[in-house]
Amino acid sequence: MRPWLHSFFLGSALLLAAATAQAAIEAYEFDDEATEERFQQLTEELRCPKCQNNNIADSNSPIASDLRREVYRMLNQGASDDEVVDFMVTRYGEFVLYRPRVSEMTWILWYGPFVLLGIGAVVVLLISRRRRRSDTADAKPGLDAAERERLNQLLEQDKKR
Amino acid sequence: MRRILLFVPLLIFIGLGYFLWRGLSIDPTELPSARLNQPFPQFQLASLTEPERMMTEADLKGRPALVNVWATWCPTCKEEHTFLNQLAQQGVTIYGINYKDEPLKAREWLKRYLDPYAEVVLDQEGSLGIDLGVYGAPETYVIDAQGVIRYRHVGAVDATVWKQLKQVMDQLAGGDA
Repeated sequence: MRPWLHSFFLGSALLLAAATAQAAIEAYEFDDEATEERFQQLTEELRCPKCQNNNIADSNSPIASDLRREVYRMLNQGASDDEVVDFMVTRYGEFVLYRPRVSEMTWILWYGPFVLLGIGAVVVLLISRRRRRSDTADAKPGLDAAERERLNQLLEQDKKR
Repeated sequence: MRRILLFVPLLIFIGLGYFLWRGLSIDPTELPSARLNQPFPQFQLASLTEPERMMTEADLKGRPALVNVWATWCPTCKEEHTFLNQLAQQGVTIYGINYKDEPLKAREWLKRYLDPYAEVVLDQEGSLGIDLGVYGAPETYVIDAQGVIRYRHVGAVDATVWKQLKQVMDQLAGGDA
């Protein structure tokens, strides 16, 4: 391939890549860095209702872009994080939260792992205790008097040889 | 006692298996509507057919009706359009929400494919869509005479879906009488 053609293709490929990379990013201007950070965090924790494995920060879908705009609008009007989250939940349901709220419905989600961990710990404890007890139980009976006598005799015989 | 403990893993397996098996037949793209049994969100938007006339949620009240969210950019909307026309001919009240669309194209479409809608709300910005929790057109809602949302369907309306919608509407009509 001729060098100029080569660089032409490379250049257009780069342009294309830049264009697609930029598709999900609108230029939002924030009054201060704290608001910008909150915007980032909120859009990363809200799930896109259409494309379910994306948050609205990453998604290119029109609905995600609308929701980003909505988050931006609310933050600029001085809404708190909770207000933004409430806004989304009343419209799209708990489903949009990547970090579900602690409620009766999500108790099993939040505390289930700890309960399982606790059960596991109890089981391990029980098993190890039982094993220790059976170990000491095995050691106790040992040899009775007659057996000890015989053992001594055998040892004595060994020494004499 | 010992014996019974041996069955615990089997029971856990059966329980887990049941839930996983049920999960196979659940469609994850079908979301429960957060707006169910709540009044239709307030809005003030122009009518598609008469742009100078403003419409509000009060215009949708009066009798049980379907509210259909549609757009010309949505292929599935075109699919269901014929069926909506049939429903309108049967006397079903259908309100349209023209969602994030170009009004010119939308009016052209209604001229070409016939207009099943009693009224069409022009939601160019998608703000009413966000208030409703719309995440993709088409969506169809059943509202009662007081404008309370009673059912939501995401996707095209066809004969099978209509059976379900009709059941809800008949119940509403029965309750009102």
